[in-house]
Amino acid sequence: MESTIKQYTAKDFKSDQYVRWCPGCGDYALLNTLQKVLAEIGTDPKDVATISGIGCSSRLPYYISGYGFHTIHGRGAAVATGVKVANPKLTVWQITGDGDCLAIGGNHFIHSVRRNIDINVLIFNNQIYGLTKGQYSPTSKMGFISKSSPFGTVESPFRPAELTMGARGTFFARVLDVDLKSSQAAMAAAAAHKGTSIVECLVNCVIFNDGAHSFLAEKENRYDRVIILENGKPMIFGKNSDKGLIAEGFNLKVVTLGENGITEADLLVHDSKNKDFTLQMKLAQMEGPEFPVALGVIRNTESDTYDAAIEQQIAEIQAKSKIKCFDDLIDSCEQWEM
Amino acid sequence: MSSTNKTEAENVVIRFSGDSGDGMQLTGTLFSNLSAILGNEILTFPDFPSEIRAPLGTLSGVSGFQVNLGASKIYTPGDDADVLIAMNPAALKMNYKSIKKNGIIIIDTDSFKKSDLDKANFTTENPFEELNISDSIQIIPVGLTSLTVAGLEGFEMDNKSVLRSKNMFALGLVCWLFNRPVDKAIDFLQTKFGKKQTILDANVKVLTDGFNYGHNLHLAVNTFLIDKSNEVVKGRYTSINGNKATAWGLIAAAEKAGLQLFLGSYPITPATDIMQELAKRKDLGVKVVQAEDEIAGITLALGASFAGSLAATSTSGPGLALKSEAIGLAVMAELPIVIVDVMRGGPSTGLPTKTEQTDLLQALYGRNGESPVVVIAASTPDDCFHYTYMASKIAVEHMTPVILITDTFIANGTSLWKLPKMADLPVIQPNLVTPDMEDVRVTSRDPESLARYWAIPGMEGFNQRNGGLEKDYITGAISSDPLNHQKMVDMRQAKINYISTKIPELMVEGDVDADTLVIGWGSTYGHLKTAVTNLAKAGEKVALAQFNYIHPLPKNTEEVILKYKNVLVCELNSGQFATYLRSKVPGNYKQYNKVQGQPFNVAELEEAILKAVNSL
Repeated sequence: MESTIKQYTAKDFKSDQYVRWCPGCGDYALLNTLQKVLAEIGTDPKDVATISGIGCSSRLPYYISGYGFHTIHGRGAAVATGVKVANPKLTVWQITGDGDCLAIGGNHFIHSVRRNIDINVLIFNNQIYGLTKGQYSPTSKMGFISKSSPFGTVESPFRPAELTMGARGTFFARVLDVDLKSSQAAMAAAAAHKGTSIVECLVNCVIFNDGAHSFLAEKENRYDRVIILENGKPMIFGKNSDKGLIAEGFNLKVVTLGENGITEADLLVHDSKNKDFTLQMKLAQMEGPEFPVALGVIRNTESDTYDAAIEQQIAEIQAKSKIKCFDDLIDSCEQWEM
Repeated sequence: MSSTNKTEAENVVIRFSGDSGDGMQLTGTLFSNLSAILGNEILTFPDFPSEIRAPLGTLSGVSGFQVNLGASKIYTPGDDADVLIAMNPAALKMNYKSIKKNGIIIIDTDSFKKSDLDKANFTTENPFEELNISDSIQIIPVGLTSLTVAGLEGFEMDNKSVLRSKNMFALGLVCWLFNRPVDKAIDFLQTKFGKKQTILDANVKVLTDGFNYGHNLHLAVNTFLIDKSNEVVKGRYTSINGNKATAWGLIAAAEKAGLQLFLGSYPITPATDIMQELAKRKDLGVKVVQAEDEIAGITLALGASFAGSLAATSTSGPGLALKSEAIGLAVMAELPIVIVDVMRGGPSTGLPTKTEQTDLLQALYGRNGESPVVVIAASTPDDCFHYTYMASKIAVEHMTPVILITDTFIANGTSLWKLPKMADLPVIQPNLVTPDMEDVRVTSRDPESLARYWAIPGMEGFNQRNGGLEKDYITGAISSDPLNHQKMVDMRQAKINYISTKIPELMVEGDVDADTLVIGWGSTYGHLKTAVTNLAKAGEKVALAQFNYIHPLPKNTEEVILKYKNVLVCELNSGQFATYLRSKVPGNYKQYNKVQGQPFNVAELEEAILKAVNSL
């Protein structure tokens, strides 16, 4: 075998399967971005395991070369955890949607985040159930009209960032399907992060919830309505890069550079590495039109991962124990001749 | 020397009974291990409430431990007891009906005061008269509590700890009654309390006091002598309960197969001990994840199976219900997994600490779609090891989920176990892809066994996508083609049917040429075997066939059953195996069923079998 490191391209991560999402679906862009990121991080496709539950987004593993497992509704996080704990050498991506992850799979989601398994999770959030043809989801806005809520929903949505940080998550990023550059950067950061990396992907469903994120996605005004956060950089946004965020008491405030003597030095500097998530949570909670919606890596901290901790515990116990095999175990038990 | 007589006995049944905090389980375990070391056959049956500590002295808090000691082969923990140790009136009330006619009851007189009698709902001051206990039963009143307190005078112990030692006085007394030297019991206590010197000293003192009390008081009682069993195959033995044997079966199978062992599980009575036992074995590289729920337990394990581990999950009936969708995924993805179902009383939460065989049809059919799995049932505490090992072997060789059924009775009960050696265990060859294979798809399979080839993430050249959607037989791509689906459905059943060529044939015991065949499955073996043996001694002609392999059935099943005019299926449910057999080997089956949360007893089986024999 050659010992040189092979350079991969996105093509190396395309499977032989025909992609069967609806024309115009936001999932295509995210699939392409993921394939680029996989090539960029340079893992051999055979060492990549892509795990999903059920839903439109969960078809994605069929389209990635390497090993994939399309499982059952809501359980992707638990299956992915099993894969990673069984073989920590694998690079594990879990692909899920707002219904799969936050409704039926909510319990597995918060527990995988709490355990900090070293997996990367892409939540395709289109605020709708697509594969069952248009029911409201746990991220649909209050009052949302759908086939199962003809008079509007009467329940508050989840914000994935709040759940992630509430479950003591170490990594949270948010991307927008059509914003390719920031999506690729955030997914690459998720891949590099050790622990459960949650990437909320705001994605459009052209059939059942077209325009769910159009306020943000609209090309002309997009950068007035989103802020792409980068660690260590001042919080500037706007198509002319003339707006910013400052702290006013415990609240955030949008300011315009040059107005009222505000300069770049007055702006908040993004600290995704801060273990205290107070400010990160504030940023993640921002909504338009008053505030820009935060994209990019919002939280990126370090903590021991579950899979590595298990390996370490096994190594420590094995070094101490006299029991090395089944026959030793048998010898160790209380026994007598009969 | 004691002036009492010594009675030689073939087997003796002894039951320890008291509050769930009285240490009856420990006392019983110590006594049965002690007897095994002295050469007896042992079978035990702990019977305890689901409440951890019910109100003291009440009927709902009574915890029991029964052991049958044999000078020859025994198959059950016994029906009625020769000796009952009743630590309080509630224990007496709960057990007096199952004492032999000439049995002995030892009571702690200190806990038979008016207030104690009230707690057990006695209305008079003489519980024996009130319960109408026969004069032929001998009552030995002992001031267990006061003698324990007196014996521990001068020990620096709090009152609670002193009182907790009274179970050791009872153990000492029983050791005397059964002519057991106490020094071996002291060895056990040293292992248990070695690091807590005061508690060890106190327990040893009380144990010795109890023994001496029996010895010195010249109680007018016959003590028992049970000879060493001469039917035991020579070798090294331990005593083991079914849950531990199950855990160790998984460990042995993983090592033999060259695979990592992974257990995903969620605590549930009465299966939790399997997870706890495996969690100890990090030294053997066993990975245990205590999941957030039952569904995560099995899906974690499926992830590990996908990644190439010998994967297992342990549960009981309610958990099996929650796992059913994931078992279907394992069927569809053709991934190996062992699902251990330690049955308990149901439905719903049911009787969590009691035994039943009511999950059989759930195991066989409790999934959506045509979803065949292998179902195997263990029969005794020690053979849980064997059947778990075989369940693992079948799972990885035939690429299928295997449900292994045990139950509370054998999971918590203990029996002697002849210690195995790795070298003597059957070979396990997982159906892995080999580097020379070409064009392997996710559905590529062995043409004879139909077992899918197992490609594991990280292997070069076998990249593939698996999942719960129907796949094309040839290419492995997702497919909803009608004829392909039919072909895949048929293939999945044929794959399981093929396993019948790899399992042992059904064996008939007893009088093979009889007209009547008694059929049982799983943990009822001991009771059925004893009943059939007793009837044979009484001149009745009866045959017995006990099933361990349920799906697929042994390939001679039909041939065996059709040989008999009269077939009686005995099981601890309302007739689930009989229903299943009727669908496989149509015929006229008689049934004997019991659903009381308790094992069969031999006497009721003898009566039921005799009735069937006489109906001809």
